[in-house]
Amino acid sequence: MDSVAHRLSAVGAGAALELRGVTRLFGALAALTDVTMTVRPGERRAVLGSNGAGKTTLFNCITGDFLPSSGTIRFFGEDVTRFPPYERIRRGLRRTYQISALFPGLTVQDNVYLACRGVSRGRFSFLRPGANDALMHATETLVQAVHLTPVKDQRVAELAHGQQRQLEIALALAGAPRFILFDEPAAGLSPAERLELIEILTSLPAHIGYIIIEHDMDVALRVVESVTMMHNGRVFKEGLPREIESDPEVQELYLGGGHE
Amino acid sequence: MSLTQLHAPATAVERPKFRAWPELNNPAAWLVALILVIMPLIANGFFLIEIFGTTLILGIIALSLMFLAGYGGMVSLMQLTIAGFAGYMVAVFGVSGNANISLGWPWWLATPMALVLATIFGTLGGALAVRTEGIYTIMITLAIGAAFYYFTNQNWAIFNGHTGINTVATPQFWSVDWRSDIPFYYLILGVAALCYFAVQYVSRAPFGLALRGVRDNPRRMAALGFNVNAHRVAAYAFASFIAGLGGVLQVWNYRQISPGSVGVERCIDILIIAVVGGITRPVGPFIGALIFVILRTFALDVLIKFGLDGNRFRLLIGLGFLAIVFWSSDGVIGLWERWRSRHARAPSSTAGRGHG
Repeated sequence: MDSVAHRLSAVGAGAALELRGVTRLFGALAALTDVTMTVRPGERRAVLGSNGAGKTTLFNCITGDFLPSSGTIRFFGEDVTRFPPYERIRRGLRRTYQISALFPGLTVQDNVYLACRGVSRGRFSFLRPGANDALMHATETLVQAVHLTPVKDQRVAELAHGQQRQLEIALALAGAPRFILFDEPAAGLSPAERLELIEILTSLPAHIGYIIIEHDMDVALRVVESVTMMHNGRVFKEGLPREIESDPEVQELYLGGGHE
Repeated sequence: MSLTQLHAPATAVERPKFRAWPELNNPAAWLVALILVIMPLIANGFFLIEIFGTTLILGIIALSLMFLAGYGGMVSLMQLTIAGFAGYMVAVFGVSGNANISLGWPWWLATPMALVLATIFGTLGGALAVRTEGIYTIMITLAIGAAFYYFTNQNWAIFNGHTGINTVATPQFWSVDWRSDIPFYYLILGVAALCYFAVQYVSRAPFGLALRGVRDNPRRMAALGFNVNAHRVAAYAFASFIAGLGGVLQVWNYRQISPGSVGVERCIDILIIAVVGGITRPVGPFIGALIFVILRTFALDVLIKFGLDGNRFRLLIGLGFLAIVFWSSDGVIGLWERWRSRHARAPSSTAGRGHG
């Protein structure tokens, strides 16, 4: 759990997320090559790049779904490179998935309750929560925050696509997140739903930083303050949104020149 | 659909899901409970123990598999082995006809010891099994079952080889012989009810909910902060305790235990019972066990009447198993639920709800 030393090191380090020389090989294929990146606490950043640029692999290395072949990952100063995913999550890291990774057989409420329970004590509790259970209240609040209260008793398999995307975000907001990885949260959303998503992202508390992978530039560039451009598993360029947008090399590579 | 439309007034009926006990307002469940309680008035000794007692014991063991498979997605073929281990431990620590082996502890000491050892045994087996998935879990638990069978066959110091341990003493206290038909029936019924409600309760407690999350999406559970393998091992521990209870009752029932009681085909019987009954609800294994025991007991006579070998009752069970797997992958329970929802559709057309 959070020791004093861990807290102190987090204060001293300054960076929310620090990647140094992270490389991930799949056999002979290098999905990530020597990625170095520093994100401040509370910073909001987009990671852009074409398919196969290594964006999702980057997320998987940060959350611990894959271990990097080499390099180190520090989360609020602590070296988490070899930590299992659940240890990183308990330290305040969260992520959403490109293809909704929910629990289709459970209700909306149970999904959110699990997310709340996962980052608190009593994961193995054999006792059912009572009416005044704090996590039940946290669950209700979170369900309300993503506007899913009317369907909270429905099984997730019965939800519309947009609602499932909302639920993805709710799961990432459970507990006390310090840093969130959003993997294409706007995928498959209608224009109206995209507006709602932008509103949710921009209204997150200021201390919560995030990295967002997003193909929709209208969404991505409106909710971030910095951009990392990836190409073939390497960091290609970093800068402010408008710098990246107007960069001729970036336009050549990714925006296809004809954008806007 | 626009997300803002979702602010519309709730159409779903609000109900306290976490505390719901669906059985309490189900008249059919009350009827079944009543029949089970007054059974000694209806049935004689043979039916009471050979049919209903045995059904409940097999149901308890299959319930432990239902918990693992239905809520955890882990098909374990070693549940009968764990039960058998508990049975052997009762015989070894307690009193039996094999005085050179049995330690002669009183039942109230030997039984908890057997349960603790069976839980440890099952948890260790589970710790091995959770490193694998799907068919490999089945293989590794089957291997544990087969290994235990051959071990009991060949070990004479503790398990007394292929002859096993005979004339196992059964508990007697409060001047009641708890192995005489009616007290033993109520003892079995009490333990079965306890196990049934425990599984029902835990399935809606955080632990059970997390277990179902692990079943549906282990990777996401890890990304929510859960140690997935620790959860699976804990599920094996819980299921092992239940299987152990079934095993203790089993050895008291037959008053002996031998390698034949823990054979591989017995392990598979438990799988068949759970699948035929249905692994989506705790009641499934008991229904499966009733079908199994009735077939095993009466198919013999029926088959002989048709001029066939009585031992072919397994053929009937096998055919029934095939039919169930073909037409209702969630067992008899699934057939019943579909039949009921088809009849319930007329008055209200609510979609199928999650079960609990």
